[in-house]
Amino acid sequence: MKKVVTGNHAVSYGVKLARAQVIAAYPITPQTQVVELLSEFCASGKLNAKFIKVESEHSAMAACIAASASGARAFTATSAHGLALMHEMLHWAVGARTPVVMANINRAMGPGWSVWTDQNDSLAQRDVGWIQIYCESNQEVLDTTIQAFKIAERVLLPVMLILDAFVLSHTSEPVDIPDQEQVDEFLPPYNLKTKLDVNNPRAYGGLTNPDHYFELRYKIQKAHTEALAVIKEIDEEYKKHFGRQYGLVEPYRCDDAKVILVTSGTITSTARLVIDEMRDEGRKVGLLKYRVFRPTPREILRDILYRAQKVCVIDRNISFGHGGIFAQEIKSVLYGLPASPPVYSFIIGLGGRDVTPKDIREIIEYTYKEETPAEPVIYRGVRL
Amino acid sequence: MPSIKELSREPELFSSGHRACTGCGEVLAVRQVLLAATKPVACAMPTGCLEIVSTIYPHTAWQVPMFHSAFENAAATISGMEAAYRALKRKGKITEEINFIAFGGDGGTYDIGFQALSGAVERRHRFLYVCLDNEAYMNTGIQRSSATPLGAHTTTSPAGKVKPGKLEWRKDIVEIMIAHDIPYAAQATVWNWNDLANKVRKALSVNGPSFINVLVPCPLGWGYHSSQTITLSRLAVETCFWPLYECENHKYRLNYTPKEKLPITEWLKLQDRFRHLFREENKHLLNAFQEEVDRRWELLNRKIKCSQ
Repeated sequence: MKKVVTGNHAVSYGVKLARAQVIAAYPITPQTQVVELLSEFCASGKLNAKFIKVESEHSAMAACIAASASGARAFTATSAHGLALMHEMLHWAVGARTPVVMANINRAMGPGWSVWTDQNDSLAQRDVGWIQIYCESNQEVLDTTIQAFKIAERVLLPVMLILDAFVLSHTSEPVDIPDQEQVDEFLPPYNLKTKLDVNNPRAYGGLTNPDHYFELRYKIQKAHTEALAVIKEIDEEYKKHFGRQYGLVEPYRCDDAKVILVTSGTITSTARLVIDEMRDEGRKVGLLKYRVFRPTPREILRDILYRAQKVCVIDRNISFGHGGIFAQEIKSVLYGLPASPPVYSFIIGLGGRDVTPKDIREIIEYTYKEETPAEPVIYRGVRL
Repeated sequence: MPSIKELSREPELFSSGHRACTGCGEVLAVRQVLLAATKPVACAMPTGCLEIVSTIYPHTAWQVPMFHSAFENAAATISGMEAAYRALKRKGKITEEINFIAFGGDGGTYDIGFQALSGAVERRHRFLYVCLDNEAYMNTGIQRSSATPLGAHTTTSPAGKVKPGKLEWRKDIVEIMIAHDIPYAAQATVWNWNDLANKVRKALSVNGPSFINVLVPCPLGWGYHSSQTITLSRLAVETCFWPLYECENHKYRLNYTPKEKLPITEWLKLQDRFRHLFREENKHLLNAFQEEVDRRWELLNRKIKCSQ
C-alpha cells in the first residue's frame, strides 16, 4: 500500500510490521513522532507491544537490553543528546549481545543548542560496536527498519538506523508499506537461543577477568566481520520479497568516473541530481552512497573507489582536532593500495545549514580542477 | 508467617562458594529474600559488591536468572524484564507466574540509580526492589553515599582535625518511596529473618511495585569483627536507629517494638567508623545523632498513629 509518510512515521510503520514486542522510549525532538505513532498503534491495538514510557534515554536502552535478553523483540528511537545519554548502555547492548534495534535521527549536539541535522551524534558512537546504517529516503528508512531486526537477530549485534533530522524525519514522501503477511514471511518471530529463563537460570553481565574478556571482544569483532555478508544476504532476500534493495554502499554512475564523490544520508539525493547534470555535460563523475558505516564494507569501497583518479568526501560532521569522519574512514580504507586516489575532504552543513546542488557541484569541480587539496580539510560555506 | 523450619526446607537459591567477605550482611539478606520468595523469580542488580562476589564469569552463585546491567539502572532493567514477560505472557509464550526482584546497594538506589527507580515505580511495574543498605560505597572502598549516617568516617568523608567524618544526615529512602504512593514499602534487617521473610511475601503479593530497605552491616566498611553482623543489625533496631516498619496501602505499622529503647551509643561504639565521635571535642555530634534518631522515631510513631 502506498502512503505519504514522514521519515519518522516510516520508522514507526517498520517497527509495527516487524511486530516489536517491547518499546522503551523517551521524547526528544526530532524523534518524538516515531514513538507518538507507535504509542497510537499500541493504544489502538494495531501493535501488540508493551510500551515503556521511561524517564530517560539511559533507562530506555537499559529496558530494551533487558527486554531483548528476556526474549522480546525490542526497539527504541532517539536523537542527539538522548543518544549521548545512552552511551554507556550502547556499549552494554553490544557486550550483552542483545539484538536491539534503534532509530537515531541525526541531530547536532549542543551547545549551541540545535535541533537541526548533523551527524556528530551518531558518529560519536562509532566505536561502541553497533551496526550503523545511514538512510537516504523514507522508503529506505522503512525497509531498513524491517531489515534491521533480521540483521540484528542473525548476528546478535544491535542495529542503529540513521536518518537526517527534518530533511527526512519531518518530510513526507510516498512510501510503499508492505503487507503484514509479506513481512511475516520475511522476518520470523524473535527467537533468542540464550535468554533469561527461570527454568534454566544464568547470570548476565558478570565480572569478567583478563582470562575471558579479550575473547568476548574478539567475538564481537568477528560478528561484525560476518555481518557484512549477512547484511548483503538479507538485502538480497528483501529484494526477492519486496522488490527493493540498497546494498552496503550504492555506486551511482561510477563505472568510468574520474572523480567519485562520497556522501551519506540525504545529501546523497541532492548529489545524485548534480551528478546527472554533470554527466549530461560529459563530465566523468560518479557518486558513492556510504550506507552501511559499521561494519566497514572495506572491500567494496576499495573496489569502487580505487578505479577513480580522485575521491572527494562530504562530511556533515567533524572530529575536532582531526577532520571529517567519513573522509578519515575512506582514507583508511584506501591506505596501502598502490597508487590509491587522493581523498579531498569537505566539511559542510554543520548544524543543519542547507547543502545545495551548487555547493556539491563546486566541491566536485574543485576536486576535478585542483592537483591537490589546498588544506587537509576544506570547510565549505563557513562564514568567518 | 513462614517458620524457620519451612524456610530451611526451601532450596537455597544463592549458593555457597560466592566470594563475599566473612560476615557479609548483604549476602545474608539475599539468601533470606530468596528463601522467602514462593514463585519462580528473575532478578536484576546494578554494579556493586553483590555483582562482583556472585557472578564472576563464567560462574554464578544465583540459582535464578540474574541480569546485571550497569550501575544506575537496576530498576530500568527490571522494567524491561517485566515488560517482556507481560508481552510474552499475553501472547501465551510464557505460562508460569514469575516474580521480579531487583537487588541494589545504597549507592545504586539512593544516589546514581534513584532516577530509574523513581521512574519504574511511577510506571507501576510489578516488581520488588530490595535495597541492600550498608550505608556507603563498599565495593569501591568505602566512600560516603547519601545513605551514610552523620559523623561516619569513610574514605571520602574522613574524620580529621577539621572535619569529624560525614557532616550530613542520611536520606530517608523509605519515606521517599512511600511518597511515590506504592502499595508496599518497608524497612527490615538481617537480624530479624522472620520479619524480613514476611515483608518479602507481602511485597511480592501486591499488584504493583514494592520496596524493602534492608540494613546489611558490612564488617569492612563499618569496622567491626565479622562475628558481630547480627548483633549490629539487632542493635540498630533496639536503638531505634533502624525501626522495623512497613507502609501497606498508606497504613504505617511498626513490626517490632524494642522492649527498652537503647541509647544510640550502644550501636555506634562497636564500629570503628564512629570511633572519633567518642572524643571529647565531638561530643556534640553524638548528641546530635541521638537527637536525630529520637526525632525520626517519634515522627514514625506519629505517622503510625495518624494512618490508623
